[in-house]
Amino acid sequence: MKGFFKSSIGKKFIMSITGCFLILFLTFHMCMNLVYVFSPEGYNMVCQFLGSNWYAVAGTGILALGFVFHIAYATILTIQNRKARGNDRYDNQNLPSGVEWSSKNMFVLGAIVCVGLLVHFCQFWAKMMFAELAGCEGTVPEGFATPGYETKAAVDGAAWIGYYLSKWWIVLLYLVWFAAIWLHLNHGFWSMFQTIGASNSKWIPRLKTISTVFTSIIMGGFALVVLVAFFRNCCGA
Amino acid sequence: MAEHTGLNLTLRVWRQENRHAQGRFETYEVKNISTEASFLEMMDILNEQLINEGKQPVAFDHDCREGICGMCSLFINGRAHGPDDDITTCQLHMRKFHDGQTITIEPWRSGGFPIIRDLMVDRSAYDKIMQAGGFVSVSTGGVPDANAIPIPKADADEAMDAAACIGCGACAATCKNGSAMLFVSAKVSQLALLPQGRAEAAKRAKAMVAKMDELGFGNCTNTGACELECPKSVSIAHIARLNREFLKANIKD
Repeated sequence: MKGFFKSSIGKKFIMSITGCFLILFLTFHMCMNLVYVFSPEGYNMVCQFLGSNWYAVAGTGILALGFVFHIAYATILTIQNRKARGNDRYDNQNLPSGVEWSSKNMFVLGAIVCVGLLVHFCQFWAKMMFAELAGCEGTVPEGFATPGYETKAAVDGAAWIGYYLSKWWIVLLYLVWFAAIWLHLNHGFWSMFQTIGASNSKWIPRLKTISTVFTSIIMGGFALVVLVAFFRNCCGA
Repeated sequence: MAEHTGLNLTLRVWRQENRHAQGRFETYEVKNISTEASFLEMMDILNEQLINEGKQPVAFDHDCREGICGMCSLFINGRAHGPDDDITTCQLHMRKFHDGQTITIEPWRSGGFPIIRDLMVDRSAYDKIMQAGGFVSVSTGGVPDANAIPIPKADADEAMDAAACIGCGACAATCKNGSAMLFVSAKVSQLALLPQGRAEAAKRAKAMVAKMDELGFGNCTNTGACELECPKSVSIAHIARLNREFLKANIKD
């Protein structure tokens, strides 16, 4: 394997493997979030099970490492690609239809995903796992705490969801963020198989379809939770 | 008999003295161009006009003019090989344009293909990639009977489709990353799919990818623009095969 990770295909291979890992995490996260739709108390039980336990902390660490590698290699590849393209640009370039917009803008979409992630971290991770680890557990704003969790803000995930997602503009921002992730994943999913060589002329269209369906299920699940939280907390449903 | 009316066109052509000179667009008018003329014939008419006016003709690459040599390489109105699918520039005809139209003609613009002059670019990087491993060096003996080595038709067809690549460079010229992966994958595929080429498939994939990287071509991000603009419709499925061959070759090491 000497030199493999320095080659263009090797770097793309790292992007695929770390991307696969992030997709698996998103799948798990969406399943976990769906519990909130059926039972906020059940969702809090999941939060309590994860909390700041060693397995959750280890998982977060590994996830962060995968994320850092994905971003680092995306940046390296983008810089190399711009250099390879040369300084002169076409006066006019009309790509034929069939080239996905997202495939040409993966880095920009990735940057939007990162900004959204920072906001998401500040709203949830910092007030839950991080607060518990740092020993600076705060309190949930009045009127949002789940009964029985008044003094356990770090595991009262349902309360934080209720607090933030009762505001229409935060809901709107989350939906825009989900749309960016959908576009990023829709190209990234089938592209992952193509890069590791697990594709051929028959499977490329199949993988593109699976990619759209899978990505829609994942991001649709996230969007459902956000909308349910909004209507439940804003309209008092 | 109906009166024949040709096309009157405005051409915006990229002019550049050499690799290091500053280039610019120059505008020319050509009149009464037959819709049955090929695009390169129209360029010939333009050059005759320029020579008659005592100006330098436009330098552009061309050779066979029947779509098999891979020499013609113009970027016309924003598309490699012009506004038609699955053809080379020499197969493009003036019936694809309308009277009074402005046509913008540019050279391939990619870091791997520096401009030599005007619309001519240096595509010797592709030759260097081929020299690195795009051949069969094992002794294959004398000519066997046609059916002595059974080859599944699907494999033969796919190898033939890959071998249709003429190395024109439209893939790298169209790619937003300046990637040569479609070209390299086509060459790796056409040989790896057949028995004589299979023996050196791993070595070949490694050598050609190493040379491609060394020459500064970009990384493939699977946009698929190369496949859509390839005049021979070479599929990006060959890129998956190249990735597979390269990975297998590295795991074996």
